[in-house]
Amino acid sequence: MENLINLFIKAVFIENVIFAFFLGMCSFLAVSKKIKTAFGLGLAVIFVMVLTTPLNYFILNYMLQEGALTWIHPSLASVDLTFLAFILFIAVIAGAVQLVEMVMEKSLPSLYISLGIFLPLITVNCSILGTSLFMQEREYGFVETAVFSLGSGTGFFLAIVLLAGIRERLQYSNIPAPLQGLGIAMIITALMGMAFLSFSGIKL
Amino acid sequence: MATETTTTAAPSVKPKKEALFSKKNVKTLRDPLDDNNPITVQVLGLCSALAVTVQVKPALIMALGVIFVTTFSNLIISMIRKTIPNRIRIIVQLIVVAMLVTIVDQFLKAYMFDVSKKLAVFVGLIITNCIIMGRLEAFALAQKPWPSALDGFGNGLGYGLILVMVAVFREFFGSGSLFGYKLVPQWAYDHGYVNNGLMVLPPAALFIIGIYIWWQRSRNKKLINVS
Repeated sequence: MENLINLFIKAVFIENVIFAFFLGMCSFLAVSKKIKTAFGLGLAVIFVMVLTTPLNYFILNYMLQEGALTWIHPSLASVDLTFLAFILFIAVIAGAVQLVEMVMEKSLPSLYISLGIFLPLITVNCSILGTSLFMQEREYGFVETAVFSLGSGTGFFLAIVLLAGIRERLQYSNIPAPLQGLGIAMIITALMGMAFLSFSGIKL
Repeated sequence: MATETTTTAAPSVKPKKEALFSKKNVKTLRDPLDDNNPITVQVLGLCSALAVTVQVKPALIMALGVIFVTTFSNLIISMIRKTIPNRIRIIVQLIVVAMLVTIVDQFLKAYMFDVSKKLAVFVGLIITNCIIMGRLEAFALAQKPWPSALDGFGNGLGYGLILVMVAVFREFFGSGSLFGYKLVPQWAYDHGYVNNGLMVLPPAALFIIGIYIWWQRSRNKKLINVS
């Protein structure tokens, strides 16, 4: 249990997907102009991440890895399909997002409208695929995978809402014209990243 | 600096085949290098890029991988653009891109295992690199194969330029070397020169790109209100 809490804190603060790995930067910079939309995107990312990473865990462990196919027939034990991981992971993510979109449109129309265009965009958010690939690389177990995906999603949510808060305030400050918009957002992200680096002193 | 490379590159390819490198095609190829750079102007593809820029060599290989994938994904999608149903086009695009990235990944694992280990998950993340999806949606779905391939190549190159530039800064100031060769001599260290530790940390890449954007936009006022 303690191990899982540590993993969660590590994924949220110390190895934050945005500040430590730059995953999901595109939507992070594009959708962080207002707190409200940033909040919506953050929630959608948490949701899709918690849904797809465990799904990819099952695909990896019951279809792709060497010896994973023994549940079909023992003679398949030597088959190693890990090179198909990219295609299957991204297909699962694209499919899951499409499915979530359809279900949400039917049963939760208010949430669907407030998320709007962000739902389909999540498919190409690097942090989602990145979390699945980290799960593969670090060889997490199932419970660890679930906790790690929740932590990564929360980290993204935290980062995007924080940046949106700062950018809302920036509208009242006097920034040189060429630096406005993208330039200053980059530098702020860098400063926030430096602040988050201080979490790396925490020993877990 | 980007314009210099294009002016030297364009005349060398232009005389060979006039029709293939018409004025419009050359413009498609060179626009992404500076005025319409995927990273600093279109704001695409920051995701997987910045983390691999601590050293020049991985950055260069990453750039080559992205150039390969952008060129061929644009070409393939443009060739089958009339047969793709509109509703499921994103999944089709992703599958094509994932296939190309798998090729790059297997190639790196076979021939450059140490670099492949260093790039780790970031090769896989080329799939969700927004440059690729962005160019597929904005260009390849509406244009003929040859201009699409040029557009993909140009955008990959524009991306690579930024990537290598950032990597040169970070490796030189962060560890005093380029491509792993020591450039800062030992006597400089003996006299109290210290490597800039910040350059090795992730935020440095953002600082460099932020400052580059500032410089680019103060030079080219048209870009100021882009985003």
